[in-house]
Amino acid sequence: MAETKVLERKPLSLAERSNLPQIVSGLKTTVSHMFRKKVTLQYPEVRPTLPEGYRGVPTLVHDPHGREKCVSCQLCEFVCPPKAIRITPGEIDPEAETAHVEKAPKEFEIDMLRCIYCGLCEEVCPEEAIFLQDVYSMTGYSREEMVNNKEKLYELGGTLPDHHYKWDKKRAAEDAAKARGYAHS
Amino acid sequence: MELVPLLLKILYAAIMLVVVLTIAGYSVLIERKVSAYQHGRIGPNRTTTPFIRPIPVIGPLLTRLGIIQLPADGLKFLFKEDFTPPYVNRPFFWAAPLIAFVPSLAVIAVIPFGQYTSPLTGEMIPLVLAPMDLGVIFVLAIGSLSVYGVVLAGWGSNSKYSFLGGIRSSAQMISYELSLGLSIFPVFLWMNAPGSDAGLSLSSVVEAQNTMWFLITCPLSAFLFLVGIFAETNRLPFDMAESETDLVGGFHTEYSSFKFGLFFVGEYGAMAVGSALFVLLFLGGWNFLPFLANPWPAGWIGSVLSVLWFLVKVVGMITFFVLIRWTLPRYRFDQVMKLGWTVLLPLAIANLIVNAAAVAIHDLW
Ligand code: SF4
Ligand code: SF4
Repeated sequence: MAETKVLERKPLSLAERSNLPQIVSGLKTTVSHMFRKKVTLQYPEVRPTLPEGYRGVPTLVHDPHGREKCVSCQLCEFVCPPKAIRITPGEIDPEAETAHVEKAPKEFEIDMLRCIYCGLCEEVCPEEAIFLQDVYSMTGYSREEMVNNKEKLYELGGTLPDHHYKWDKKRAAEDAAKARGYAHS
Repeated sequence: MELVPLLLKILYAAIMLVVVLTIAGYSVLIERKVSAYQHGRIGPNRTTTPFIRPIPVIGPLLTRLGIIQLPADGLKFLFKEDFTPPYVNRPFFWAAPLIAFVPSLAVIAVIPFGQYTSPLTGEMIPLVLAPMDLGVIFVLAIGSLSVYGVVLAGWGSNSKYSFLGGIRSSAQMISYELSLGLSIFPVFLWMNAPGSDAGLSLSSVVEAQNTMWFLITCPLSAFLFLVGIFAETNRLPFDMAESETDLVGGFHTEYSSFKFGLFFVGEYGAMAVGSALFVLLFLGGWNFLPFLANPWPAGWIGSVLSVLWFLVKVVGMITFFVLIRWTLPRYRFDQVMKLGWTVLLPLAIANLIVNAAAVAIHDLW
């Protein structure tokens, strides 16, 4: 059992009760602070350095080949706790080079008045298509302006590196299977 | 009275009013800047106007110093909605800011701020609006009237927070008035000791401190007066009337716009006047330094120098007020009362008795 140490509580001395030495030492502290380096960041001109893993505004990204990664599976829409995401799924043109991906969002809206920056959409996305990046200042004059549409989301998101190129591999496998005579489903 | 001197007096009064209001206003800026520096911040450094920004070096400097912040804040107060809550007692509610504002400005009439030594006769005339023989009594009497503004505001606002603030501040002001008044008696005892006859005017106090400041000869008086002034001007650590952490805004909770601005300026005006009083009574007024003769030459140049030196001291005192505010936490109300009645008042009385005895012994010697 831990030992209890009883501290003796001395009555305050006259100097302490007069508060004056304390006032002087307090002044010493505050005055010394006046000559230290200022911590103010001149905000709009100087921006803070954000830590890694910062959760800013959710954005949609392209892969390095310029393919839009979202396949409008709508998992993020369903997981989003405040229901900030609204997706209208669409089909990819069968003639297109990426026709085997089959689906892409026709419209993708995130209502930033609802979003709570929880990051669940990023976590749930099977395509690594949605990321909370470093944009932290969203402003607008109306409610409509605060809804990010698909165009805006891609503009904010830009391109992020891809580690898998999942759909390229899929097509390569498909082609290889075809070459060996198997019909790939 | 003839017309010309009368008009001159009015002109002087107007100039003085403008100067004091400017000082009061810029003490707000001092407060904001000093507090910012104490917090490791920069303080107001952006407000500017189109005709100041383009001036090469001075424009950005003035902007960084926040010089334009004051007129901007004043205009902001003017253009805000002046909301009178429906439940207030209107006559009191409207009279209160004026009653709080006027006394702190009326006091400046008797405050001397410099000297003019005639180059011909060598005679020294103090610069003051109204050379009054009872200057000190006037200051104490009128200055303490401003408590009625606070009390009326608390009463007329008809809200609990204002009411509590008003009660607290009236109790506090009455308690500290005593030690404040008693603390300056020794100064006048010494000045009017048998053999000398200096009267009760503020300019004679300054003359009496020609080579020796009362801060050094009566340090306890100076300390008691300083504490009293802190309490009278409702500055932290004694800002019972406002105590924004427990009373929202205290007595001016219900005020907005220009009426609040009047309280605000009145408060800072009281602080400026209090600093000026402390400088006059204990820091030698416009006298140069203790133990040194005044270097002010005769004529107007000397006058200007003495006024500037006086202003330097006053601004130094205002800065001290501000430093204290951002250093100390607020006393609890019962602590304020206890301090006032059981410590400061007995000390002030003892101080008076000891000094009176000292004057008597000095006389017998
Ligand atoms: S962003 Fe990801 S989770 Fe959301 S619809 Fe697109 S692919 Fe699915
Ligand atoms: S960060 Fe959270 S709240 Fe915002 S869109 Fe994604 S899942 Fe919804």
